[in-house]
Amino acid sequence: MADMEDRNQSRQQAESPSKTITRRRFILGVIAGGAAVGAASYRFLAPPAHGRNGGERLITLLVNGKPRRVEVMKQETLAFTLRYRLGLTGTKLGCDRAECGACTVLLDDVPHYSCSVLTHTVRGRSVTTVEGLAAPDGTLHPVQQAVIDQQGFQCAFCMSGFIMSAVGFLKTNPNPTRQELAHGISGNLCRCQDYSKILDAFMRGAEYMRNGTGGRQTALLPTLSPKNGERMGQRIVALSSGGGESMSQQTGAANTARRA
Amino acid sequence: MAVFRDVMPAFDLLQPDSVAEATRLLDENGSGAWIMAGGLDSFDWLKDRIKKPGVLVDLSGIDELKGIRVSGDGVEIGAMTTLTEIANNPEIRKNYSVLSDAVSVVASPQIRNQGTLGGNVSQDTRCWYYRGGWPCYRAGGNICYADTPVGRNREHAIFGADRCVAVHPSDSAPALIALDARFVIRSAKGERVVDAEDYFIGPDVDITRLNILAPGDLLTAIRIPAAWSGTKFYFEKVRDRNVWDFPLMNVASAMEVNGGNISRIRIAVSAVAPRPMRLRNVESAVVGKPVDASTGEMAGKLAVQGAVPLQFNAYKIPLMRNLVKRAISGVPMPQQAKSGLAGDPIPEASWS
Repeated sequence: MADMEDRNQSRQQAESPSKTITRRRFILGVIAGGAAVGAASYRFLAPPAHGRNGGERLITLLVNGKPRRVEVMKQETLAFTLRYRLGLTGTKLGCDRAECGACTVLLDDVPHYSCSVLTHTVRGRSVTTVEGLAAPDGTLHPVQQAVIDQQGFQCAFCMSGFIMSAVGFLKTNPNPTRQELAHGISGNLCRCQDYSKILDAFMRGAEYMRNGTGGRQTALLPTLSPKNGERMGQRIVALSSGGGESMSQQTGAANTARRA
Repeated sequence: MAVFRDVMPAFDLLQPDSVAEATRLLDENGSGAWIMAGGLDSFDWLKDRIKKPGVLVDLSGIDELKGIRVSGDGVEIGAMTTLTEIANNPEIRKNYSVLSDAVSVVASPQIRNQGTLGGNVSQDTRCWYYRGGWPCYRAGGNICYADTPVGRNREHAIFGADRCVAVHPSDSAPALIALDARFVIRSAKGERVVDAEDYFIGPDVDITRLNILAPGDLLTAIRIPAAWSGTKFYFEKVRDRNVWDFPLMNVASAMEVNGGNISRIRIAVSAVAPRPMRLRNVESAVVGKPVDASTGEMAGKLAVQGAVPLQFNAYKIPLMRNLVKRAISGVPMPQQAKSGLAGDPIPEASWS
């Protein structure tokens, strides 16, 4: 019997594919289980100042169109609640001081720094994070699609904040010039200094939004998003060998755009 | 200095939904209460654990503090109206554009979406020694770290220093002074209305605060009279970066011109002194003079009389001379600077 168990176990280990339990899914699972808050990444450095205000309150937040019941401390920021209570880790924390924009989310369609909003002040308001942009069937938001098509970011830590800023800006300014767009997303920083490519991507996203194409049908440039079972690098290699002309066109366009 | 990636120390959060309730709560809690408007000044203090209020009174749920009301004798702006709303308001853009110009260059888009007019005029100074928690005069100590031979004081005052050399960081304040605005303050004792200029106080009056709000006071609205509606306005802000930065200096003016001559004018400059500075000597000197370069030249020279630079901020004297000159003679500001994208020249820094 013991033998059998051992064998089963080792088979399971061998079969446990790294594809199904990714690092991301594991972390999200731990957060959803409620174990991570305050454990590893966040420490509560100060005890409650006095007895009556230490507790948490159960409130309902409207996040990405769904009501979410969540326990929230009085001094908790929205970024904290989204990431560490609701597992919406697409919202990043960069500076935690309203300076970098990585934590940008939409409150009633308007971009805000979620690191500088108390969660208790957004009860009754609609919160949209980067997770809430795609359609229910998985079709990406036109701006997201454009970022992929245009290879808009380098390391992309700032990307979700930038995308939320751009989406919020484009809601009220659907047809901006490149300069207006730059001004609209000027509350976000990219340490890779990838601004030119970011603007390329968002200008393209604005175009997708105006055309209602969502990017899929627009064959202006070859899409670089990986197909099923294909790695990003393979797709790029395939494109640059097969569709070399398009690639050089794209690079040329980006270079022209860069210091225009 | 800054401890980050953690949670703020606990406080009691009170969320009144009317001004009456807010003033009652402020009265009850006295100096232990911290008023939070947009929160962008507050969170720095709280996260850095430099100010530790027991009670935070959040004004975001008070609808009567929000919105812009236009009437025959001017405009009333609720203290909790966001800067974005003011920047986009058609009436303010049309008749009081010095204010919409000023608030549209505050910080970044997200901050303007959240930051309020009341918060912008009531925020604390940005002197980094003070904000870093150093026990300076303003924090109740007995030294000014910025005003020493090695103190980093490039951003600090050239006027009105009294032990403390910090400057007022607001962009909207000089515009409101130029428009002769009135500030409405409510407390449990009642309502009082003060001139924009008198809302701000220097270290000679009280070194621990930048405005007249005492514990229990609440700024509820700012009224702009129609007296300067549609006159000739000028606003310019100079800063190191075109986003986020507080002003190295800004200037705001409202001017009525009759037959080419200045018939009346109000002009204020900020980030040169602990309070936004109205230039009364310039105002009286240029009335009756033509709007031209020589009047501007004269006004600029007059404006900087009596300036006392610190070790690293002497550049502020020619900067102020030029800003006042441009405000008076109406030289349009460079297009790049106006767009807020690139190209405000960086004043020569003297760090070494």
